[in-house]
Amino acid sequence: MSATTVVSTGSTGGSGSTSAGGATAAPLEHVADAVLELRGIRQTYGTGEAAVEALRGIDLVVTRGDYLAIMGPSGSGKSTLMNLLGCLDIASEGQYLLGGVDVSSLDDRQLAKVRNQQIGFVFQSFNLIPRMTALANVELPLVYGGVKSAERKRLALEALDLVGLADRVDHRPQALSGGQQQRVAIARALVTSPTIVLADEPTGNLDSQSTDDVLGILDSLTKVGRTIVVITHEDTVGAHAARVISIRDGHLVSDRRNRPLGATRGNGAAA
Amino acid sequence: MTVLETLRSAFRGITANKLRSSLTLLGVMIGVAAVILLLAVGNGSSQQINNLITQLGTNTLTVRAGSGFGFGGGTTATDTSTKKLTLDVANRLADAGLGHVDAVVPQVTTSLTVSSTNASETSVSLVGTTPNYFTVTTAKIGTGESFTKADVADAAKVVIIGSTLATELFPTGSALGKSISVDGTPFTVVGILATQSSTGVSDANSVVVAPISRVQRSYTGFGAISTMTVEATSSADVAAAQGEVEVVLNQLLKYNPSDTRATAPYTVTDQTALLQTAASSAQSFTVLLGAVAAISLLVGGIGVTNVMLVTVTERTREIGIRKALGATRPAILGQFLVEAATLTLLGGVLGVVVALFGAQFEINGTQPVVLGYSVPLALGVSVAIGVFFGVYPAARAAAMRPIQALRSI
Repeated sequence: MSATTVVSTGSTGGSGSTSAGGATAAPLEHVADAVLELRGIRQTYGTGEAAVEALRGIDLVVTRGDYLAIMGPSGSGKSTLMNLLGCLDIASEGQYLLGGVDVSSLDDRQLAKVRNQQIGFVFQSFNLIPRMTALANVELPLVYGGVKSAERKRLALEALDLVGLADRVDHRPQALSGGQQQRVAIARALVTSPTIVLADEPTGNLDSQSTDDVLGILDSLTKVGRTIVVITHEDTVGAHAARVISIRDGHLVSDRRNRPLGATRGNGAAA
Repeated sequence: MTVLETLRSAFRGITANKLRSSLTLLGVMIGVAAVILLLAVGNGSSQQINNLITQLGTNTLTVRAGSGFGFGGGTTATDTSTKKLTLDVANRLADAGLGHVDAVVPQVTTSLTVSSTNASETSVSLVGTTPNYFTVTTAKIGTGESFTKADVADAAKVVIIGSTLATELFPTGSALGKSISVDGTPFTVVGILATQSSTGVSDANSVVVAPISRVQRSYTGFGAISTMTVEATSSADVAAAQGEVEVVLNQLLKYNPSDTRATAPYTVTDQTALLQTAASSAQSFTVLLGAVAAISLLVGGIGVTNVMLVTVTERTREIGIRKALGATRPAILGQFLVEAATLTLLGGVLGVVVALFGAQFEINGTQPVVLGYSVPLALGVSVAIGVFFGVYPAARAAAMRPIQALRSI
């Protein structure tokens, strides 16, 4: 299995079709409901002797409304994958379609637009801008999206209300607990109504209570039909996802569906 | 991202670290103020000297009795070989028909008490001269008229007085036609000098000018005269005129310059040349001050550069976050550009204000005169330095892939 790339169409029931891993990925049919499609993605850092292959041919399709957890030990390449999914980095090889558009063909300005409108990022270390209030932080993506001031404030307050921080809008990050900061970050990720929410170890820096809060919010997002991809090495986090893929040494090693697409935790099968 | 948003985020960037921002501001301010003020001081002192030159006239020579600058005097008891500088010598010099000499104006001076029925002034300088004194020197008739050659021939008791003296002696009405007493002798005021700016220790507007014959007869005697002002045909001919004057005077005074035992009975000074030397030294003084100012601007600029570099390096991660949220490169550059420009411009404007305020005061006897070009120059250089070093590292950070920027620090 280690030499084989697992390709999942993400169809209900989790019946994946497999194809042999090779130098070039077999061309895939465009899946109608696909949000993300990765084809033969490779990522190499450095050159020559010092070259490190972080990803060695990843094929992956994520459908709309899915809740996907990418799991793997540290050094497995999951963060690299995450950065590619979020358009924070460009793959050395392979094709990445986001909403049917090949991202590698986009220029800097178009990529900025994609990051702004299609992707909501939640980082392990929150990455809030320190001297700005929670409200201003949440408004920031809308500022870059060109949304008018009044509308921006309304949307930002709505998003902060959704994560239960309506009473903390004027606090700066340093006046908030870790859990609260991460909820602000989630609000910031949601405020543009992105195609996909990417969370990179969202609970990595949080205590168990805050972890529960954050996972609860992610659960509630999947109920309203948001597509979520979360990276984690914690099984408890992975258990919340509808589908779990494992990655090791740059290869996809397993693809497991916990419950049907659209079903929430509690009525799906627990891991 | 609108202009307003850019301004707002720049303002936030500036207020985020108040100490660092104020240090940057201070650096720019001092640099700009130093450049403007130091150049203004240099400019002020050279203007002062230029004013003196224009006041003196540019085509006159002064011949003084005695050798050198007051060492001993030309006519000592042991030195009988040469004659004194007298009115007769002056007249013969004027009549010598020298090609580059237009006029010779002999002068005797003394200091006396002058009084009217209203007031009395002590130590007023009395000049005895000829009518062309008023055309050759800077003393010009304001109201009334000059005394005439006939007045000189007659040793008439007429005077022309300075404007300050006129108001002091006759505070209520015009001094013209009135009688004043010069050391007891009554004189009629026929003219009042135009007010001239005072260049030396004595007040040029508090003088009495009378026919040289009358002054010699009543006060100084018919011996040596104190000075002669020689007018050359043009400012270019001053040196030639000096040569001619020296030849004739040596002959008239029986002075042989190559005789080492003889002391010169007169000295010719070309004050214009002296002042031009002073002016050129003032010029190099200005250049020197400008260099010092440029160094302080440079040091200020390095300070700004340093702060800006640190700021951007520190904020590379922030740039990464902003890019991850969808900021375009121009949006990030705009923010840093406005931030750097605002900071340096603010410091620069404060520097200009400080310099303009400082230029109101006399510095070491010189009234600074702000050079027009120094303001935009100082401001422009400091803003350019601040903006370049504020934006260049930001541009590098903005060009990174977001993940590189996010991973930094």
